[in-house]
Amino acid sequence: MPRNKDLKKILVIGSGPIVIGQAAEFDYAGTQACQALKEEGIEVILINSNPATIMTDTNIADKVYIEPINLEFVSQIIRQERPDGLLPTLGGQTGLNMAVELARAGVLEQENVKLLGTQLNAIERAEDRDLFRDLMRELEQPVPESVIVTTVEAAVDFASGLGYPVIVRPAYTLGGTGGGIAANEEELRETVTNGIRYSPIGQCLIENSIAGLKEVEYEVMRDANDNCIVVCNMENFDPVGVHTGDSIVVAPSQTLSDREYQMLRSASLKIIRALNIEGGCNVQFALDPQSYQYYVIEVNPRVSRSSALASKATGYPIAKMAAKIAVGYTLDEIINPVTGQTYACFEPTLDYIVAKIPRWPFDKFTSANRKLGTQMKATGEVMAIGRTFEESIQKAVRSLEIGVHRLYLKGAEELANDVLTTRLVKPDDERLFLVAEAFRRGWTLQHIQDLTNIDWWFLDKIERIVQFEDVIRREPALNPQTLLAAKRNGFTDRAIAELRSEGHPGSALTKELDVRAHRLEQGIKPVYKMVDTCAAEFEATTPYYYSTYETENEVIPSAKEKIIVLGSGPIRIGQGIEFDYSTVHAVWAIRNAGYEAVIINNNPETVSTDFSTSDRLYFEPLFFEDVMNVIEQEKPIGVIVQFGGQTAINLAAPLAKAGVRILGTSLESIDEAENRKKFEALLSKLNVPQPKGTTVISVDEAVGAAQELGYPVLVRPSYVLGGRAMEIVYSDEELLAYMEIAVKVNPEHPVLIDRYMLGKEIEVDAICDGETVLIPGIMEHVERAGVHSGDSIAVYPPQSLSDDIKQQAIDITIKIAKELKTIGLVNIQFVVWQEKVYVIEVNPRSSRTVPFLSKVTRIPMANLATQAILGKKLTELGYQEGLWPEDEFISVKVPVFSFAKLRRVDPTLTPEMKSTGEVMGRDRNFAKALYKGLIGSGMKIPTSGAIIATVADKDKGDAIEILKGFYNLGYKLIATGGTADAIEAAGLKVRRVNKLSDGSPNIVDLIRTGQAQFVVNTLTKGKAPERDGFRIRREAVENGIVCLTSLDTVSALLNMLQALRFSSEPMPAFQE
Amino acid sequence: MQARLLLEDGTLFTGQGFGAEGGSVGEVVFNTGITGYQEVLSDPSYCGQIVTMTFPLIGNYGINRDDFESIRPYIHGFVVRRHETVPSNWRAQYTIDQLLKEYGIVGISDIDTRMLTRILRQHGTMKGILTTGSERVEELKERLGTASLLRDQVARTSTKSVFSSPGEKERIVLVDYGAKSGILRELTKRGCDVVVVPQDATADEIRRLHPDGIQLSNGPGDPKDVPHAVETIRQLLGEFPIFGICLGHQLFALACGADTDKLKFGHRGGNHPVKELESGRCFITSQNHGYTVKEESVAGTELEVTHINNNDKTIEGLKHKRYPAFSVQYHPEAAPGPYDSSYLFDRFLELIRDNKIANPERPRQAQLSETLRGELQYAQK
Repeated sequence: MPRNKDLKKILVIGSGPIVIGQAAEFDYAGTQACQALKEEGIEVILINSNPATIMTDTNIADKVYIEPINLEFVSQIIRQERPDGLLPTLGGQTGLNMAVELARAGVLEQENVKLLGTQLNAIERAEDRDLFRDLMRELEQPVPESVIVTTVEAAVDFASGLGYPVIVRPAYTLGGTGGGIAANEEELRETVTNGIRYSPIGQCLIENSIAGLKEVEYEVMRDANDNCIVVCNMENFDPVGVHTGDSIVVAPSQTLSDREYQMLRSASLKIIRALNIEGGCNVQFALDPQSYQYYVIEVNPRVSRSSALASKATGYPIAKMAAKIAVGYTLDEIINPVTGQTYACFEPTLDYIVAKIPRWPFDKFTSANRKLGTQMKATGEVMAIGRTFEESIQKAVRSLEIGVHRLYLKGAEELANDVLTTRLVKPDDERLFLVAEAFRRGWTLQHIQDLTNIDWWFLDKIERIVQFEDVIRREPALNPQTLLAAKRNGFTDRAIAELRSEGHPGSALTKELDVRAHRLEQGIKPVYKMVDTCAAEFEATTPYYYSTYETENEVIPSAKEKIIVLGSGPIRIGQGIEFDYSTVHAVWAIRNAGYEAVIINNNPETVSTDFSTSDRLYFEPLFFEDVMNVIEQEKPIGVIVQFGGQTAINLAAPLAKAGVRILGTSLESIDEAENRKKFEALLSKLNVPQPKGTTVISVDEAVGAAQELGYPVLVRPSYVLGGRAMEIVYSDEELLAYMEIAVKVNPEHPVLIDRYMLGKEIEVDAICDGETVLIPGIMEHVERAGVHSGDSIAVYPPQSLSDDIKQQAIDITIKIAKELKTIGLVNIQFVVWQEKVYVIEVNPRSSRTVPFLSKVTRIPMANLATQAILGKKLTELGYQEGLWPEDEFISVKVPVFSFAKLRRVDPTLTPEMKSTGEVMGRDRNFAKALYKGLIGSGMKIPTSGAIIATVADKDKGDAIEILKGFYNLGYKLIATGGTADAIEAAGLKVRRVNKLSDGSPNIVDLIRTGQAQFVVNTLTKGKAPERDGFRIRREAVENGIVCLTSLDTVSALLNMLQALRFSSEPMPAFQE
Repeated sequence: MQARLLLEDGTLFTGQGFGAEGGSVGEVVFNTGITGYQEVLSDPSYCGQIVTMTFPLIGNYGINRDDFESIRPYIHGFVVRRHETVPSNWRAQYTIDQLLKEYGIVGISDIDTRMLTRILRQHGTMKGILTTGSERVEELKERLGTASLLRDQVARTSTKSVFSSPGEKERIVLVDYGAKSGILRELTKRGCDVVVVPQDATADEIRRLHPDGIQLSNGPGDPKDVPHAVETIRQLLGEFPIFGICLGHQLFALACGADTDKLKFGHRGGNHPVKELESGRCFITSQNHGYTVKEESVAGTELEVTHINNNDKTIEGLKHKRYPAFSVQYHPEAAPGPYDSSYLFDRFLELIRDNKIANPERPRQAQLSETLRGELQYAQK
């Protein structure tokens, strides 16, 4: 069917900020979809609040609105733009929910906007638990049995008929509060009693537990002509019980026979047909490993995280096809872009195995509960491709960047057997490594399977890897057969060296580089195979490769000059989608300049790993050996490391040592900025002020140094120990506690102590070609120093900086950029203290703020930086030294956190970064821009209500002033003991509430029952209230109440509320 | 144990042997199915061929009792990147290695199967010799050069005698040119009273069974190697409703005056898109064929093209303009592959019913006794 010509203008809704469960995959999907629609000559209107995305670039859609995704703003855009259709299926759950809200509010009907892809009733039937059950029954598709109960007896009756375990889900509680799995009647009685109490309507759903079954997913597509295909199926390494986003996944399924595969395939097709979806859909199944019995767990009537994975795993661009289908095309008439000669109506077939491992934030959130369950906790994921499971999984492991490069976790051998057993039974993020440890202890496969329920096939492969380690350890010389076998099993040169040094300490070939040299001498090199959707049945031209150790190399050499760009790997706290944004722009700039751009990355969610982004994509670990192999294959003129975050920067030194040319800022300069000693020397040489600090190697020295510097001081270890890294301490007592708990201090592990200046933080990104320094903009942080820059609200242009301060920052930036002979980007963070600008940090690379600043200043920063790296001069490009003229609009970058998904993590803002994403608010004045930013970040800001305040003594002065402001706006004040006293003393009315220790009803009860709209809580450390404070903050997060832990944020919020007497209006389109 | 695979073009692959020891010659072909290796191994259409699976990990879910498509495998060799020695599936009874050993089939693993596939794609299918022996390459080349490929695969794989699979509904004579069990399974599932006859059953012999319809099965090799089957079909055309599958489709086309040709590397796998021209809908189909009906040869016949391959546009389905007869190049019985086309069996039965309405039945009694007589005579032959 040709495309529907009535659709001339289409609105695409993005997925908003990156949060756990909704990450870069929707930038990938949305970008593809927008491009696919534009290709058709359709005018694309895009709304997304997330500035760190490629899709919000002005070349992706015809009109880009970076505005909050809520009913108010989207409706206004619809009324303004009057699109013919709305594509809601590419913006994750956010986009889908928004579409439902628009439809229910009658906006779509009113404005005559057609819902494309998936109709409202299909969304409802897939999303509503009851309707979904009804539909499945209608289709004769099994779902786990369940019953709704209001008494314990009814639950017990149901369970005794069904057998244990059962899952208890209390109705209408947040984050599954009060629910859980009950393994017997006793547990059931306890859980249901609790659950009924927690549920506001005293109701629980009791469901037959299918935990332990195989989890299998199908990605299905359907068009208006009812053509249906399965793009990919996937099998989870972790059985049902662990969220699929937290599971290790392989594609295609490995342990299903054709009958089982086809049975579930037919079921998936039946479901997508019944839902009448035109586009993509994801169906999750639980399959009994001992029979044909299966259950449908969930259906996502949209493009999902799994579809991004399936797209990368197969090469089949699901989002692009979904967009084409939405405008009327059928699969049989769309060309498969991979082969260029066959059509999209076929089922991709793989001749490799893909492994995905989630990347969890537990390295940052050490206090978080690491147990994996039905609530997703991972922030990102890595994918690896190989010809055997062993090869793929080991590649995936070393892509994670968690300090592990094979199936061995340091310290695992020290775990007691009973601890190991427990951790195998109750999965956490390290289970993969613990399974390997169990094999090392000689536990039988049967025993491990009994504990984990992981399929025999997967366990066998892990056992083989462990056994092969022994082969490497034992063999006196490393013969070529063993070496080749090791490579085919995914062992790195470093792993081989490590294992050999365990088996033959001090002998030859116990160092990575020696093994590498030896291997190359033997001619053992990887070959590169193409991902082509068709297992080589058709000729393909996709430049999408993975390495393996086999015979034929498929890379077609090209005579053009090539440049390799290193990507940033998995999304994690501190290194998010912003780096992929810059990477993609660098690749585009390289291609524009007439070179071939080659990218190496391992993150399946991103735009950078879309094979159409670069001239050649190598889906490989960002690990020295793998990167070197690609370099040897491609022989580029150089490698660019400054866009791939710390991941790529860390590779610069070993690559340079191996003779690779690093393009852009030199390795020496990178080192000068990163090495503390050299950095200090650099600043003093330039006469640039920096906070006073010192390095100590003992506790006594620390106390002495701190007293000399004067409290408060900022302390952090000079090495990475995964623990709480950085803290501000206010007294000897706190310092001693820190030194005892958080760090091991000794001459090998020094601790850094800096004077902590409670000043305004500002941040600058600059581009330098070695001669000219262009500063696109200065950003001012709302929260003062002490809150990580990534967690602060940033404002552009600065609202409270004097010209003198700005000039100081500009001068210092130019000085440092020139001294470092920066070629490309540099990011500098400052603190303003007593009208003087101090440098806190210099990052000789692309930063988190590059996309935001690029958007608000309209300077294509990554592009210019890349051109500078390629030898262009900024002056040739029409730019001059210094600060770019400030924009008339005010733009605010607001961080977004995923605290609700991470229990036990303290929502307090600290020097350690905690946010997962960001949104942008932009308007003609600061208050409106901030309002949009806060709303966009998901904050509910009622114009009346109550504020609960508990503040530390040191903050009381400031706090009272701010609270007075709220009081004057008509908000009620609620406070505990000391804070209430202080408020009363200031002559304000306050409602006193019990502290936790005073018994019910206390402050937490108040939060739980929705009697407060804001919680203001500042940190008191080292005392009992710390625990109280933690519970108050968590309770606020879990109840969806705004929780503010920095008075600076509270103050900004107050100013905003004061300024906003009427609700904000959306701005004209970004380009206008 | 080392094993080697030498291709006609001189490419030599050295890997590990599994299954039986020895050597064999065959046409080397590739199959792109990810699952379904047991069905592929036991599909008689692969008789005489050395089959490589493009998916690298084969044997993961083992071999079970139920998924065979014939009593024994007829392939001449099996080529994989890796064969699984520790399968995992609730139905798994033994390994692929054990199966090949049982039937004396040589297997080779640990070679670059993607490279092999690419060679076959570029040069087309070719002869190959697979050996676990230590012969010199020259010797292998000579043996390969002088060896000729089988031309009697249909006779080798077909049943030698008539047998019946009783049912309550339509009497279907299934002509076995090397039939997959799946066809019988689909007919039986629909309650058909199936009589399976050998590939060389004559028209009279089939008539004597008084079928309601005739099912022409799949089978190995070149349709032109079984001219007697073409003749038989020609004689029965118009007399009974006919449904041809794969080789049966090609034989039906030849019987109607069309011509067949060899494809460069065939269609083998479970992901091939077929467009039904009448509805414009596409179906994902299971395929296994090296020959195809020539498009231009259909012009002068009474055939009408009903289905085409959506990728290379080759003919995938035909029907007779006057008679109740149709055929498809692919496998509606799936096994392995998607079940999307099983509706064709229903369509066949509908065609039979419609045909019955057009030609009212004789009394059931008479038909039965005649049938019995016919069967007896046939059995005595």
